[in-house]
Amino acid sequence: MALNLAEELSSIATNVAVSDWRQAVRYAGDGLVAGGVTTEDYTDQMIAAVEEHGPYIVIAPGVALAHARPSESVKKGGLSWVSLASPVEFGHKSNDPVSLVIGLAALDHTAHIEVLRAVAGILSNPATRSDLDAAASPEEVRSLLARAASPK
Amino acid sequence: MKIVAVCGMGIGTSVLLKMNAEKVLQDLGVDADIEAADIGVARGAAQTAEIVLTSQELAPEIGDVPAEVIVIENFFDLDEIHKKLSAAVR
Repeated sequence: MALNLAEELSSIATNVAVSDWRQAVRYAGDGLVAGGVTTEDYTDQMIAAVEEHGPYIVIAPGVALAHARPSESVKKGGLSWVSLASPVEFGHKSNDPVSLVIGLAALDHTAHIEVLRAVAGILSNPATRSDLDAAASPEEVRSLLARAASPK
Repeated sequence: MKIVAVCGMGIGTSVLLKMNAEKVLQDLGVDADIEAADIGVARGAAQTAEIVLTSQELAPEIGDVPAEVIVIENFFDLDEIHKKLSAAVR
């Protein structure tokens, strides 16, 4: 896997305490805003997307990929990483509760495909996934992602 | 064969689905054209597709289409996608 996700992440937060899914998505949105990726409007759009279409962003057990449409609220493509201190329910039938929220912003429908490929590659590996779940600091997440990106 | 991968926004989950479905179809030796689409354009695209891949939540929104609608629960689980797709393409 060539792409190092650690370099793509505009913010990483671990052990984040939230009381519901909206707070969790908002936190992921704040990470994008802090990284200069999006404006605050984008955070509201990510929440609205779930309100409109349901919790389909919970794409795998324990993982939510929060995102909205490419729009003026997106300044550049980017990702944020929020691992939760205690999992929250998104209302998904089979993949709840969620312990990791990834915020995704894209300028168009194709530019971020390599980034998504890297996300899928890392999270579909059960061993890497459980290491990442246990990571206690952003530095630890970064080094795990960097290790996953470089072939041994 | 034409397949449409559908999500709400057309940038996240549908792209992941497309990626993993392509991997699976390659394994199955099936030549298919997979398009990622948001729910708005998917209804149109699904009219000419043979298979629609989507999530539980969005399946009802696609409505009545001639394509076979396959619901994927875990978008990272190649085994699940493999099982469901291979049943559909045979």
